[in-house]
Amino acid sequence: MADVTQQIGQGTFKPKAKTLPEAVFAWLLIGPAMLFIAIIVAWPLAETIRLSFMEAGLGGEEYVGLANYQDLVESRKFHQTIVRTFYWMFLSVGLKLVLGLIGATLLNAAVPGRALFRVLVMPPWIIPMAIGMIGWLWLYNGYFGVLSGSMMSLGITDGPFEFLAYKRSAFYSAVVADVWVGTPMVTLFFLAAMQGVSRDLYEAAWVDGAGRWYRFRRITIPQIMPVIVSMSLLSAIFTFNSFEVIWILTEGGPRSATTTLIIDTYKTAISNFKFGEGSARAVIIVILLGVFALLYLNVLKFVNRKYGTK
Amino acid sequence: MMDKYTKLQTVGIYAALLVFLTFILLPFFEMFMASLRPLEHLFRSPYQFWSDDFSFQAYSDMWDTVPLLGRYIFNSVFIATSVTLITMVFVVPAAYAYARLDFPFKNASLAIFLGVNMFTGAVLLIPLYRVLRSLGLLNTYWAMIVPGVAFLIPTGIWLLRSYLEKIPKELEEAAFVDGASRMYTLRRVVLPLATPGLIVVGTAVFIGAYAQQFLFAITFNQQRELQPLPAGLFEFIGYQDVTWNQMMAAALVGVLPVMVIFLFLQKYLVAGLTAGAVKE
Repeated sequence: MADVTQQIGQGTFKPKAKTLPEAVFAWLLIGPAMLFIAIIVAWPLAETIRLSFMEAGLGGEEYVGLANYQDLVESRKFHQTIVRTFYWMFLSVGLKLVLGLIGATLLNAAVPGRALFRVLVMPPWIIPMAIGMIGWLWLYNGYFGVLSGSMMSLGITDGPFEFLAYKRSAFYSAVVADVWVGTPMVTLFFLAAMQGVSRDLYEAAWVDGAGRWYRFRRITIPQIMPVIVSMSLLSAIFTFNSFEVIWILTEGGPRSATTTLIIDTYKTAISNFKFGEGSARAVIIVILLGVFALLYLNVLKFVNRKYGTK
Repeated sequence: MMDKYTKLQTVGIYAALLVFLTFILLPFFEMFMASLRPLEHLFRSPYQFWSDDFSFQAYSDMWDTVPLLGRYIFNSVFIATSVTLITMVFVVPAAYAYARLDFPFKNASLAIFLGVNMFTGAVLLIPLYRVLRSLGLLNTYWAMIVPGVAFLIPTGIWLLRSYLEKIPKELEEAAFVDGASRMYTLRRVVLPLATPGLIVVGTAVFIGAYAQQFLFAITFNQQRELQPLPAGLFEFIGYQDVTWNQMMAAALVGVLPVMVIFLFLQKYLVAGLTAGAVKE
Protein backbone atom coordinates (compact mmCIF):
# COMPACT_ATOMS: atom_id res chain seq x y z
CA MET A 1 0.00 0.00 0.00
CA ALA A 2 2.78 2.35 0.87
CA ASP A 3 4.12 2.55 -2.63
CA VAL A 4 0.83 3.68 -4.14
CA THR A 5 1.65 7.33 -3.79
CA GLN A 6 5.11 6.64 -4.98
CA GLN A 7 3.84 4.98 -8.15
CA ILE A 8 1.30 7.67 -8.83
CA GLY A 9 4.09 10.11 -8.42
CA GLN A 10 5.99 8.29 -11.13
CA GLY A 11 2.89 8.23 -13.31
CA THR A 12 2.81 4.44 -13.78
CA PHE A 13 -0.84 3.36 -13.89
CA LYS A 14 -0.11 0.23 -15.88
CA PRO A 15 0.33 -3.17 -14.21
CA LYS A 16 3.83 -3.94 -13.11
CA ALA A 17 6.32 -4.63 -15.84
CA LYS A 18 6.66 -8.32 -15.01
CA THR A 19 2.97 -9.02 -15.75
CA LEU A 20 1.95 -10.33 -19.12
CA PRO A 21 1.20 -8.16 -22.13
CA GLU A 22 -2.52 -7.66 -22.60
CA ALA A 23 -2.85 -9.63 -25.84
CA VAL A 24 -1.00 -12.67 -24.48
CA PHE A 25 -3.02 -12.64 -21.29
CA ALA A 26 -6.27 -12.35 -23.26
CA TRP A 27 -5.46 -15.34 -25.44
CA LEU A 28 -4.45 -17.36 -22.41
CA LEU A 29 -7.91 -16.68 -21.03
CA ILE A 30 -9.76 -17.51 -24.25
CA GLY A 31 -7.51 -20.34 -25.34
CA PRO A 32 -9.04 -23.19 -23.34
CA ALA A 33 -12.58 -22.38 -24.45
CA MET A 34 -11.43 -22.00 -28.05
CA LEU A 35 -9.59 -25.31 -27.96
CA PHE A 36 -12.62 -27.08 -26.55
CA ILE A 37 -14.89 -25.67 -29.26
CA ALA A 38 -12.31 -26.57 -31.88
CA ILE A 39 -12.26 -30.24 -30.83
CA ILE A 40 -15.98 -30.70 -30.25
CA VAL A 41 -17.47 -28.42 -32.91
CA ALA A 42 -14.97 -27.24 -35.53
CA TRP A 43 -13.21 -30.51 -36.13
CA PRO A 44 -16.42 -32.54 -36.42
CA LEU A 45 -17.67 -29.89 -38.83
CA ALA A 46 -14.62 -30.43 -41.02
CA GLU A 47 -15.12 -34.20 -40.69
CA THR A 48 -18.73 -33.81 -41.81
CA ILE A 49 -17.60 -32.06 -44.98
CA ARG A 50 -15.03 -34.78 -45.68
CA LEU A 51 -17.51 -37.59 -45.03
CA SER A 52 -20.04 -36.03 -47.37
CA PHE A 53 -17.77 -37.07 -50.27
CA MET A 54 -17.58 -40.62 -48.98
CA GLU A 55 -19.70 -43.68 -49.08
CA ALA A 56 -19.37 -44.40 -45.39
CA GLY A 57 -21.06 -46.77 -43.04
CA LEU A 58 -20.19 -49.04 -40.18
CA GLY A 59 -17.95 -51.08 -42.50
CA GLY A 60 -15.61 -48.45 -43.89
CA GLU A 61 -15.22 -45.52 -46.21
CA GLU A 62 -14.85 -45.09 -49.93
CA TYR A 63 -14.41 -41.87 -51.87
CA VAL A 64 -17.39 -41.28 -54.16
CA GLY A 65 -16.95 -37.63 -55.10
CA LEU A 66 -20.15 -35.70 -55.45
CA ALA A 67 -22.35 -38.79 -55.68
CA ASN A 68 -24.09 -38.13 -52.36
CA TYR A 69 -24.95 -34.60 -53.42
CA GLN A 70 -26.03 -35.77 -56.84
CA ASP A 71 -28.45 -38.21 -55.25
CA LEU A 72 -29.94 -35.42 -53.19
CA VAL A 73 -30.26 -33.06 -56.16
CA GLU A 74 -32.11 -35.75 -58.10
CA SER A 75 -34.27 -36.99 -55.27
CA ARG A 76 -37.84 -35.71 -55.36
CA LYS A 77 -38.26 -36.84 -51.80
CA PHE A 78 -35.43 -34.58 -50.71
CA HIS A 79 -36.92 -31.64 -52.58
CA GLN A 80 -40.15 -32.20 -50.73
CA THR A 81 -38.23 -32.32 -47.46
CA ILE A 82 -36.65 -28.94 -48.16
CA VAL A 83 -39.98 -27.37 -49.09
CA ARG A 84 -41.55 -28.90 -45.99
CA THR A 85 -38.73 -27.61 -43.77
CA PHE A 86 -39.19 -24.05 -44.99
CA TYR A 87 -42.95 -24.27 -44.69
CA TRP A 88 -42.50 -25.60 -41.17
CA MET A 89 -40.10 -22.80 -40.33
CA PHE A 90 -42.12 -19.88 -41.74
CA LEU A 91 -45.38 -21.10 -40.26
CA SER A 92 -43.94 -21.78 -36.83
CA VAL A 93 -41.82 -18.63 -36.63
CA GLY A 94 -44.72 -16.48 -37.88
CA LEU A 95 -47.00 -17.86 -35.18
CA LYS A 96 -44.33 -17.43 -32.49
CA LEU A 97 -43.83 -13.80 -33.46
CA VAL A 98 -47.53 -12.95 -33.57
CA LEU A 99 -48.24 -14.75 -30.29
CA GLY A 100 -45.11 -13.27 -28.73
CA LEU A 101 -46.15 -9.76 -29.68
CA ILE A 102 -49.67 -10.25 -28.36
CA GLY A 103 -48.39 -11.93 -25.20
CA ALA A 104 -45.79 -9.23 -24.52
CA THR A 105 -48.36 -6.47 -25.02
CA LEU A 106 -50.73 -8.17 -22.59
CA LEU A 107 -47.99 -8.75 -20.02
CA ASN A 108 -46.90 -5.14 -20.39
CA ALA A 109 -50.41 -3.83 -19.65
CA ALA A 110 -50.67 -2.14 -16.26
CA VAL A 111 -53.10 -4.55 -14.63
CA PRO A 112 -52.87 -6.14 -11.17
CA GLY A 113 -51.20 -9.56 -11.15
CA ARG A 114 -48.93 -9.05 -14.11
CA ALA A 115 -45.81 -10.01 -12.16
CA LEU A 116 -47.34 -13.43 -11.56
CA PHE A 117 -48.49 -13.80 -15.18
CA ARG A 118 -44.96 -13.08 -16.38
CA VAL A 119 -43.63 -15.97 -14.33
CA LEU A 120 -46.38 -18.30 -15.55
CA VAL A 121 -45.34 -17.80 -19.17
CA MET A 122 -41.89 -19.25 -18.66
CA PRO A 123 -42.16 -23.01 -17.97
CA PRO A 124 -42.11 -24.23 -21.60
CA TRP A 125 -38.85 -22.36 -22.10
CA ILE A 126 -36.97 -23.73 -19.11
CA ILE A 127 -38.10 -27.34 -18.79
CA PRO A 128 -36.51 -30.05 -20.93
CA MET A 129 -38.25 -30.07 -24.29
CA ALA A 130 -38.51 -33.84 -24.14
CA ILE A 131 -40.66 -33.58 -21.03
CA GLY A 132 -42.90 -30.90 -22.50
CA MET A 133 -43.42 -33.12 -25.52
CA ILE A 134 -44.59 -35.98 -23.33
CA GLY A 135 -47.33 -33.60 -22.20
CA TRP A 136 -48.25 -32.90 -25.82
CA LEU A 137 -48.23 -36.60 -26.67
CA TRP A 138 -50.86 -36.97 -23.99
CA LEU A 139 -52.93 -34.00 -25.19
CA TYR A 140 -52.92 -35.34 -28.75
CA ASN A 141 -53.90 -38.87 -27.70
CA GLY A 142 -57.11 -39.78 -29.51
CA TYR A 143 -58.69 -41.94 -26.81
CA PHE A 144 -57.59 -40.31 -23.58
CA GLY A 145 -56.49 -36.81 -24.54
CA VAL A 146 -58.44 -33.72 -23.60
CA LEU A 147 -58.42 -32.30 -27.14
CA SER A 148 -60.02 -35.29 -28.77
CA GLY A 149 -62.30 -35.65 -25.73
CA SER A 150 -63.50 -32.05 -26.01
CA MET A 151 -64.10 -32.44 -29.73
CA MET A 152 -66.20 -35.52 -29.10
CA SER A 153 -68.33 -33.94 -26.40
CA LEU A 154 -68.81 -30.83 -28.53
CA GLY A 155 -69.92 -33.08 -31.38
CA ILE A 156 -67.17 -31.98 -33.77
CA THR A 157 -66.03 -35.56 -34.25
CA ASP A 158 -67.99 -38.78 -33.75
CA GLY A 159 -65.20 -40.91 -32.38
CA PRO A 160 -61.68 -40.54 -31.06
CA PHE A 161 -59.37 -38.46 -33.24
CA GLU A 162 -55.68 -39.36 -33.26
CA PHE A 163 -53.97 -36.05 -34.01
CA LEU A 164 -50.63 -37.61 -34.82
CA ALA A 165 -51.90 -40.43 -37.03
CA TYR A 166 -52.78 -38.49 -40.18
CA LYS A 167 -50.31 -36.67 -42.39
CA ARG A 168 -51.92 -33.26 -42.32
CA SER A 169 -53.03 -33.18 -38.69
CA ALA A 170 -49.67 -34.58 -37.52
CA PHE A 171 -47.83 -31.77 -39.28
CA TYR A 172 -49.97 -29.00 -37.83
CA SER A 173 -49.99 -30.64 -34.39
CA ALA A 174 -46.20 -30.63 -34.43
CA VAL A 175 -46.22 -26.95 -35.47
CA VAL A 176 -48.49 -26.08 -32.53
CA ALA A 177 -46.23 -27.94 -30.09
CA ASP A 178 -43.16 -26.20 -31.53
CA VAL A 179 -44.87 -22.82 -31.23
CA TRP A 180 -45.62 -23.69 -27.62
CA VAL A 181 -41.93 -24.32 -26.95
CA GLY A 182 -40.73 -21.17 -28.69
CA THR A 183 -43.33 -18.59 -27.72
CA PRO A 184 -42.18 -17.89 -24.13
CA MET A 185 -38.70 -16.81 -25.17
CA VAL A 186 -40.03 -14.53 -27.92
CA THR A 187 -42.64 -13.09 -25.55
CA LEU A 188 -40.14 -12.28 -22.82
CA PHE A 189 -37.64 -10.69 -25.21
CA PHE A 190 -40.39 -8.52 -26.67
CA LEU A 191 -41.57 -7.65 -23.19
CA ALA A 192 -38.06 -6.64 -22.11
CA ALA A 193 -37.76 -4.49 -25.22
CA MET A 194 -41.15 -2.85 -24.61
CA GLN A 195 -40.14 -2.01 -21.06
CA GLY A 196 -37.07 -0.31 -22.43
CA VAL A 197 -39.09 2.13 -24.54
CA SER A 198 -39.04 5.58 -22.98
CA ARG A 199 -42.29 6.61 -21.32
CA ASP A 200 -41.80 10.19 -22.53
CA LEU A 201 -42.56 9.09 -26.07
CA TYR A 202 -45.91 7.62 -25.01
CA GLU A 203 -46.79 10.59 -22.85
CA ALA A 204 -46.02 13.07 -25.58
CA ALA A 205 -48.21 11.12 -28.00
CA TRP A 206 -50.93 10.78 -25.38
CA VAL A 207 -50.97 14.51 -24.73
CA ASP A 208 -51.41 14.99 -28.47
CA GLY A 209 -54.47 12.76 -28.29
CA ALA A 210 -53.04 9.59 -29.84
CA GLY A 211 -55.04 6.46 -29.01
CA ARG A 212 -53.62 3.14 -27.81
CA TRP A 213 -53.61 1.46 -31.17
CA TYR A 214 -51.92 4.45 -32.76
CA ARG A 215 -49.27 4.52 -30.02
CA PHE A 216 -48.70 0.79 -30.44
CA ARG A 217 -48.27 1.09 -34.19
CA ARG A 218 -46.25 4.30 -34.32
CA ILE A 219 -44.18 4.07 -31.13
CA THR A 220 -43.97 0.53 -29.75
CA ILE A 221 -43.43 -1.33 -33.02
CA PRO A 222 -40.73 0.98 -34.46
CA GLN A 223 -38.96 1.19 -31.11
CA ILE A 224 -38.71 -2.56 -30.64
CA MET A 225 -38.09 -3.28 -34.34
CA PRO A 226 -34.43 -4.29 -33.84
CA VAL A 227 -35.51 -6.89 -31.29
CA ILE A 228 -38.31 -8.12 -33.54
CA VAL A 229 -35.81 -8.65 -36.35
CA SER A 230 -33.21 -10.38 -34.21
CA MET A 231 -35.85 -12.60 -32.60
CA SER A 232 -37.31 -13.60 -35.96
CA LEU A 233 -33.96 -14.72 -37.22
CA LEU A 234 -32.84 -16.41 -34.01
CA SER A 235 -36.15 -18.14 -33.78
CA ALA A 236 -35.91 -19.15 -37.45
CA ILE A 237 -32.59 -20.83 -36.68
CA PHE A 238 -34.00 -22.65 -33.64
CA THR A 239 -37.10 -23.75 -35.53
CA PHE A 240 -35.09 -24.92 -38.50
CA ASN A 241 -32.97 -26.98 -36.10
CA SER A 242 -35.88 -28.21 -34.04
CA PHE A 243 -35.31 -31.91 -33.44
CA GLU A 244 -36.84 -33.07 -30.20
CA VAL A 245 -40.36 -31.78 -30.83
CA ILE A 246 -40.77 -33.76 -34.02
CA TRP A 247 -38.73 -36.75 -32.96
CA ILE A 248 -40.75 -37.38 -29.82
CA LEU A 249 -44.17 -36.64 -31.30
CA THR A 250 -43.89 -38.48 -34.62
CA GLU A 251 -40.27 -39.47 -35.44
CA GLY A 252 -40.88 -37.71 -38.75
CA GLY A 253 -43.99 -39.71 -39.67
CA PRO A 254 -46.64 -40.59 -40.60
CA ARG A 255 -45.23 -41.33 -44.05
CA SER A 256 -42.63 -38.54 -43.77
CA ALA A 257 -45.29 -35.88 -43.19
CA THR A 258 -43.21 -34.26 -40.45
CA THR A 259 -39.73 -35.08 -41.76
CA THR A 260 -37.72 -31.87 -41.84
CA LEU A 261 -34.07 -31.61 -42.90
CA ILE A 262 -32.81 -32.22 -39.38
CA ILE A 263 -34.98 -35.29 -38.92
CA ASP A 264 -34.03 -36.59 -42.36
CA THR A 265 -30.33 -36.15 -41.53
CA TYR A 266 -30.68 -37.90 -38.20
CA LYS A 267 -32.61 -40.81 -39.69
CA THR A 268 -30.16 -41.27 -42.53
CA ALA A 269 -27.01 -41.06 -40.47
CA ILE A 270 -27.87 -42.36 -37.02
CA SER A 271 -30.84 -44.66 -37.56
CA ASN A 272 -29.62 -46.14 -40.87
CA PHE A 273 -25.85 -45.73 -40.41
CA LYS A 274 -25.46 -44.06 -43.80
CA PHE A 275 -22.78 -41.64 -42.60
CA GLY A 276 -21.83 -40.29 -46.04
CA GLU A 277 -25.36 -39.53 -47.18
CA GLY A 278 -26.18 -38.11 -43.78
CA SER A 279 -23.13 -35.85 -43.89
CA ALA A 280 -24.12 -34.47 -47.29
CA ARG A 281 -27.46 -33.49 -45.76
CA ALA A 282 -25.69 -31.96 -42.77
CA VAL A 283 -23.49 -29.88 -45.07
CA ILE A 284 -26.57 -28.56 -46.85
CA ILE A 285 -28.01 -27.60 -43.47
CA VAL A 286 -24.78 -25.80 -42.55
CA ILE A 287 -24.84 -23.88 -45.83
CA LEU A 288 -28.47 -22.86 -45.31
CA LEU A 289 -27.69 -21.77 -41.75
CA GLY A 290 -24.70 -19.80 -43.00
CA VAL A 291 -26.96 -17.95 -45.42
CA PHE A 292 -29.31 -17.23 -42.52
CA ALA A 293 -26.46 -15.87 -40.43
CA LEU A 294 -25.31 -13.49 -43.17
CA LEU A 295 -28.87 -12.38 -43.76
CA TYR A 296 -29.29 -11.90 -40.03
CA LEU A 297 -26.24 -9.69 -39.64
CA ASN A 298 -27.11 -7.56 -42.65
CA VAL A 299 -30.77 -7.09 -41.81
CA LEU A 300 -29.83 -6.25 -38.25
CA LYS A 301 -27.33 -3.65 -39.43
CA PHE A 302 -29.94 -2.14 -41.72
CA VAL A 303 -32.62 -2.05 -39.05
CA ASN A 304 -30.30 -0.56 -36.47
CA ARG A 305 -29.35 2.17 -38.89
CA LYS A 306 -32.94 2.85 -39.83
CA TYR A 307 -34.29 2.95 -36.30
CA GLY A 308 -31.31 4.74 -34.94
CA THR A 309 -30.19 2.57 -32.02
CA LYS A 310 -26.40 2.45 -32.05
CA MET B 1 -54.12 9.02 -16.84
CA MET B 2 -52.52 7.36 -19.79
CA ASP B 3 -52.41 3.90 -18.21
CA LYS B 4 -56.01 3.85 -17.05
CA TYR B 5 -58.19 1.23 -18.64
CA THR B 6 -61.95 1.24 -18.86
CA LYS B 7 -63.73 -1.65 -17.16
CA LEU B 8 -64.36 -3.23 -20.52
CA GLN B 9 -60.70 -2.97 -21.51
CA THR B 10 -59.59 -4.50 -18.23
CA VAL B 11 -61.94 -7.43 -18.73
CA GLY B 12 -60.66 -7.80 -22.28
CA ILE B 13 -57.02 -7.88 -21.13
CA TYR B 14 -57.71 -10.51 -18.50
CA ALA B 15 -59.74 -12.61 -20.94
CA ALA B 16 -56.92 -12.49 -23.49
CA LEU B 17 -54.35 -13.32 -20.81
CA LEU B 18 -56.47 -16.28 -19.77
CA VAL B 19 -56.48 -17.65 -23.32
CA PHE B 20 -52.75 -17.05 -23.71
CA LEU B 21 -51.83 -18.66 -20.39
CA THR B 22 -54.19 -21.57 -21.04
CA PHE B 23 -52.23 -22.37 -24.18
CA ILE B 24 -48.94 -22.16 -22.25
CA LEU B 25 -50.04 -24.12 -19.20
CA LEU B 26 -52.52 -26.64 -20.62
CA PRO B 27 -49.96 -29.42 -21.11
CA PHE B 28 -48.78 -29.07 -17.51
CA PHE B 29 -52.33 -29.00 -16.19
CA GLU B 30 -53.28 -32.10 -18.16
CA MET B 31 -50.10 -33.91 -17.11
CA PHE B 32 -50.94 -33.17 -13.51
CA MET B 33 -54.56 -34.30 -13.91
CA ALA B 34 -53.45 -37.49 -15.63
CA SER B 35 -50.96 -38.22 -12.86
CA LEU B 36 -53.79 -38.10 -10.30
CA ARG B 37 -56.09 -40.55 -12.03
CA PRO B 38 -55.99 -44.31 -11.65
CA LEU B 39 -54.95 -45.94 -14.90
CA GLU B 40 -58.32 -47.60 -15.55
CA HIS B 41 -60.00 -44.19 -15.27
CA LEU B 42 -57.65 -42.73 -17.83
CA PHE B 43 -58.70 -45.43 -20.24
CA ARG B 44 -62.41 -44.90 -19.68
CA SER B 45 -64.48 -44.37 -22.75
CA PRO B 46 -66.15 -42.05 -23.56
CA TYR B 47 -63.70 -39.38 -22.46
CA GLN B 48 -64.37 -37.90 -19.01
CA PHE B 49 -63.17 -34.51 -17.91
CA TRP B 50 -63.41 -35.35 -14.23
CA SER B 51 -62.67 -38.47 -12.22
CA ASP B 52 -64.29 -39.32 -8.91
CA ASP B 53 -61.25 -40.71 -7.13
CA PHE B 54 -58.14 -38.62 -7.62
CA SER B 55 -55.13 -39.92 -5.75
CA PHE B 56 -51.39 -39.60 -5.52
CA GLN B 57 -50.97 -43.36 -5.96
CA ALA B 58 -49.03 -42.99 -9.20
CA TYR B 59 -46.36 -40.96 -7.40
CA SER B 60 -45.49 -43.96 -5.27
CA ASP B 61 -46.12 -46.70 -7.86
CA MET B 62 -43.84 -45.15 -10.45
CA TRP B 63 -40.70 -46.13 -8.53
CA ASP B 64 -41.70 -49.82 -8.87
CA THR B 65 -42.69 -49.69 -12.53
CA VAL B 66 -39.39 -48.15 -13.52
CA PRO B 67 -36.94 -49.24 -10.83
CA LEU B 68 -34.17 -47.01 -12.18
CA LEU B 69 -36.31 -43.85 -11.98
CA GLY B 70 -34.43 -42.45 -9.00
CA ARG B 71 -31.18 -43.13 -10.78
CA TYR B 72 -32.41 -41.29 -13.89
CA ILE B 73 -33.29 -38.22 -11.88
CA PHE B 74 -29.92 -38.34 -10.17
CA ASN B 75 -28.21 -38.71 -13.57
CA SER B 76 -30.02 -35.68 -14.94
CA VAL B 77 -29.01 -33.49 -12.03
CA PHE B 78 -25.48 -34.92 -11.98
CA ILE B 79 -24.92 -34.38 -15.70
CA ALA B 80 -26.36 -30.86 -15.59
CA THR B 81 -24.25 -29.95 -12.55
CA SER B 82 -21.05 -31.27 -14.10
CA VAL B 83 -21.79 -29.49 -17.37
CA THR B 84 -22.40 -26.25 -15.48
CA LEU B 85 -19.19 -26.41 -13.45
CA ILE B 86 -16.99 -27.31 -16.41
CA THR B 87 -18.67 -24.74 -18.64
CA MET B 88 -18.09 -22.00 -16.08
CA VAL B 89 -14.39 -22.89 -15.82
CA PHE B 90 -14.07 -22.17 -19.54
CA VAL B 91 -16.51 -19.26 -19.61
CA VAL B 92 -15.27 -17.05 -16.77
CA PRO B 93 -11.78 -16.28 -18.12
CA ALA B 94 -13.01 -15.94 -21.70
CA ALA B 95 -15.88 -13.65 -20.75
CA TYR B 96 -13.47 -11.46 -18.78
CA ALA B 97 -11.17 -11.17 -21.77
CA TYR B 98 -14.04 -10.10 -24.02
CA ALA B 99 -15.40 -7.66 -21.47
CA ARG B 100 -12.17 -5.92 -20.54
CA LEU B 101 -9.17 -6.61 -22.69
CA ASP B 102 -8.12 -5.50 -26.11
CA PHE B 103 -6.40 -8.03 -28.30
CA PRO B 104 -5.98 -9.14 -31.90
CA PHE B 105 -8.87 -11.11 -33.46
CA LYS B 106 -11.20 -10.12 -30.64
CA ASN B 107 -14.30 -9.69 -32.78
CA ALA B 108 -13.46 -12.54 -35.13
CA SER B 109 -13.02 -15.03 -32.30
CA LEU B 110 -16.21 -13.84 -30.61
CA ALA B 111 -18.05 -14.36 -33.88
CA ILE B 112 -16.74 -17.94 -34.01
CA PHE B 113 -18.09 -18.63 -30.54
CA LEU B 114 -21.47 -17.20 -31.41
CA GLY B 115 -21.53 -19.11 -34.68
CA VAL B 116 -21.48 -22.32 -32.67
CA ASN B 117 -24.86 -21.33 -31.30
CA MET B 118 -26.35 -21.80 -34.72
CA PHE B 119 -25.63 -25.49 -34.99
CA THR B 120 -27.54 -27.86 -32.91
CA GLY B 121 -25.83 -31.08 -32.08
CA ALA B 122 -27.99 -32.82 -34.67
CA VAL B 123 -25.85 -31.55 -37.53
CA LEU B 124 -22.60 -32.72 -35.97
CA LEU B 125 -23.75 -36.02 -34.51
CA ILE B 126 -22.00 -38.30 -36.97
CA PRO B 127 -18.42 -37.02 -36.52
CA LEU B 128 -19.07 -36.23 -32.88
CA TYR B 129 -20.03 -39.86 -32.43
CA ARG B 130 -16.68 -40.85 -33.93
CA VAL B 131 -14.73 -38.29 -31.86
CA LEU B 132 -16.30 -39.60 -28.69
CA ARG B 133 -15.70 -43.18 -29.78
CA SER B 134 -12.02 -42.58 -30.48
CA LEU B 135 -11.65 -40.81 -27.14
CA GLY B 136 -13.31 -43.86 -25.57
CA LEU B 137 -16.10 -41.77 -24.09
CA LEU B 138 -19.15 -43.43 -25.64
CA ASN B 139 -21.56 -44.90 -23.11
CA THR B 140 -20.10 -42.93 -20.22
CA TYR B 141 -21.30 -39.81 -18.45
CA TRP B 142 -18.68 -37.91 -20.45
CA ALA B 143 -20.50 -38.71 -23.69
CA MET B 144 -23.32 -36.49 -22.46
CA ILE B 145 -21.23 -33.94 -20.56
CA VAL B 146 -18.62 -33.06 -23.19
CA PRO B 147 -20.98 -32.07 -26.05
CA GLY B 148 -23.19 -30.35 -23.50
CA VAL B 149 -20.31 -28.13 -22.41
CA ALA B 150 -19.34 -27.28 -25.98
CA PHE B 151 -22.79 -26.04 -26.88
CA LEU B 152 -23.19 -23.96 -23.70
CA ILE B 153 -19.81 -22.20 -23.71
CA PRO B 154 -20.91 -19.57 -26.28
CA THR B 155 -24.12 -18.69 -24.43
CA GLY B 156 -22.22 -18.48 -21.16
CA ILE B 157 -19.55 -16.17 -22.60
CA TRP B 158 -22.22 -13.96 -24.13
CA LEU B 159 -24.24 -13.61 -20.93
CA LEU B 160 -21.33 -13.17 -18.54
CA ARG B 161 -19.54 -10.70 -20.78
CA SER B 162 -22.44 -8.25 -20.70
CA TYR B 163 -22.55 -8.59 -16.92
CA LEU B 164 -18.82 -7.97 -16.45
CA GLU B 165 -18.96 -4.90 -18.66
CA LYS B 166 -21.21 -3.25 -16.10
CA ILE B 167 -18.67 -3.57 -13.26
CA PRO B 168 -16.76 -0.29 -12.89
CA LYS B 169 -13.22 -0.43 -14.22
CA GLU B 170 -11.79 1.80 -11.50
CA LEU B 171 -11.44 -1.02 -8.97
CA GLU B 172 -9.25 -3.05 -11.27
CA GLU B 173 -7.16 -0.02 -12.07
CA ALA B 174 -6.70 0.61 -8.37
CA ALA B 175 -5.47 -2.96 -7.95
CA PHE B 176 -3.02 -2.52 -10.80
CA VAL B 177 -1.77 0.66 -9.20
CA ASP B 178 -1.14 -1.35 -6.07
CA GLY B 179 1.06 -3.60 -8.11
CA ALA B 180 -1.25 -6.59 -8.42
CA SER B 181 -0.72 -8.93 -11.35
CA ARG B 182 -3.45 -9.44 -13.93
CA MET B 183 -4.29 -12.91 -12.66
CA TYR B 184 -4.42 -11.72 -9.06
CA THR B 185 -6.75 -8.88 -10.04
CA LEU B 186 -9.06 -11.27 -11.89
CA ARG B 187 -9.19 -13.67 -8.97
CA ARG B 188 -9.33 -11.32 -6.01
CA VAL B 189 -11.02 -8.21 -7.39
CA VAL B 190 -13.18 -9.06 -10.39
CA LEU B 191 -14.57 -12.45 -9.40
CA PRO B 192 -15.86 -11.41 -5.94
CA LEU B 193 -17.58 -8.41 -7.51
CA ALA B 194 -19.06 -10.59 -10.23
CA THR B 195 -20.54 -13.21 -7.89
CA PRO B 196 -24.19 -12.25 -8.52
CA GLY B 197 -23.55 -12.40 -12.27
CA LEU B 198 -21.79 -15.74 -11.92
CA ILE B 199 -24.81 -17.14 -10.10
CA VAL B 200 -27.24 -15.93 -12.76
CA VAL B 201 -25.14 -17.18 -15.66
CA GLY B 202 -24.44 -20.44 -13.82
CA THR B 203 -28.15 -20.98 -13.30
CA ALA B 204 -28.92 -20.20 -16.93
CA VAL B 205 -26.26 -22.72 -17.98
CA PHE B 206 -27.68 -25.29 -15.57
CA ILE B 207 -31.18 -24.89 -16.98
CA GLY B 208 -29.77 -25.21 -20.49
CA ALA B 209 -27.75 -28.27 -19.49
CA TYR B 210 -30.78 -29.87 -17.88
CA ALA B 211 -32.88 -29.22 -20.96
CA GLN B 212 -30.51 -30.38 -23.69
CA GLN B 213 -29.71 -33.90 -22.50
CA PHE B 214 -32.17 -35.87 -24.61
CA LEU B 215 -30.44 -35.82 -28.00
CA PHE B 216 -26.96 -36.61 -26.66
CA ALA B 217 -28.34 -39.30 -24.37
CA ILE B 218 -30.25 -41.22 -27.03
CA THR B 219 -27.36 -40.96 -29.49
CA PHE B 220 -24.19 -41.38 -27.45
CA ASN B 221 -25.26 -43.52 -24.54
CA GLN B 222 -26.68 -47.03 -24.57
CA GLN B 223 -26.15 -47.74 -20.92
CA ARG B 224 -29.42 -47.69 -19.04
CA GLU B 225 -27.96 -46.85 -15.64
CA LEU B 226 -26.42 -43.66 -17.02
CA GLN B 227 -29.50 -42.39 -18.86
CA PRO B 228 -30.91 -38.98 -17.80
CA LEU B 229 -34.59 -38.61 -17.01
CA PRO B 230 -35.89 -37.27 -20.36
CA ALA B 231 -34.59 -40.43 -22.04
CA GLY B 232 -35.49 -42.73 -19.14
CA LEU B 233 -39.12 -41.58 -19.11
CA PHE B 234 -39.77 -43.49 -22.30
CA GLU B 235 -39.46 -46.71 -20.33
CA PHE B 236 -42.99 -46.15 -19.10
CA ILE B 237 -44.05 -47.00 -22.62
CA GLY B 238 -44.02 -50.74 -22.04
CA TYR B 239 -44.80 -53.69 -24.26
CA GLN B 240 -48.25 -54.30 -22.80
CA ASP B 241 -49.61 -50.87 -21.99
CA VAL B 242 -48.40 -47.38 -21.27
CA THR B 243 -48.68 -46.37 -17.63
CA TRP B 244 -49.51 -42.82 -18.59
CA ASN B 245 -50.39 -41.68 -15.09
CA GLN B 246 -47.03 -42.76 -13.69
CA MET B 247 -45.16 -41.37 -16.67
CA MET B 248 -46.77 -37.97 -16.09
CA ALA B 249 -46.04 -38.14 -12.37
CA ALA B 250 -42.39 -38.95 -13.08
CA ALA B 251 -42.13 -36.17 -15.68
CA LEU B 252 -43.49 -33.61 -13.22
CA VAL B 253 -41.14 -34.78 -10.47
CA GLY B 254 -38.34 -34.55 -13.03
CA VAL B 255 -38.90 -30.88 -13.78
CA LEU B 256 -39.09 -30.02 -10.10
CA PRO B 257 -35.34 -29.33 -9.67
CA VAL B 258 -35.25 -26.71 -12.44
CA MET B 259 -38.58 -25.20 -11.45
CA VAL B 260 -37.48 -24.68 -7.85
CA ILE B 261 -34.19 -23.08 -8.85
CA PHE B 262 -35.98 -20.98 -11.39
CA LEU B 263 -38.64 -19.71 -8.99
CA PHE B 264 -35.98 -18.50 -6.58
CA LEU B 265 -34.00 -16.69 -9.20
CA GLN B 266 -36.58 -15.86 -11.83
CA LYS B 267 -36.37 -12.10 -11.48
CA TYR B 268 -32.62 -12.00 -12.08
CA LEU B 269 -32.71 -14.73 -14.69
CA VAL B 270 -35.23 -13.02 -16.91
CA ALA B 271 -33.28 -9.79 -16.70
CA GLY B 272 -30.01 -11.60 -17.42
CA LEU B 273 -31.30 -13.68 -20.32
CA THR B 274 -33.11 -10.87 -22.08
CA ALA B 275 -30.31 -8.35 -21.48
CA GLY B 276 -29.56 -8.30 -25.18
CA ALA B 277 -33.04 -6.92 -25.88
CA VAL B 278 -32.46 -3.65 -24.07
CA LYS B 279 -29.86 -1.29 -25.38
CA GLU B 280 -28.39 1.12 -22.90
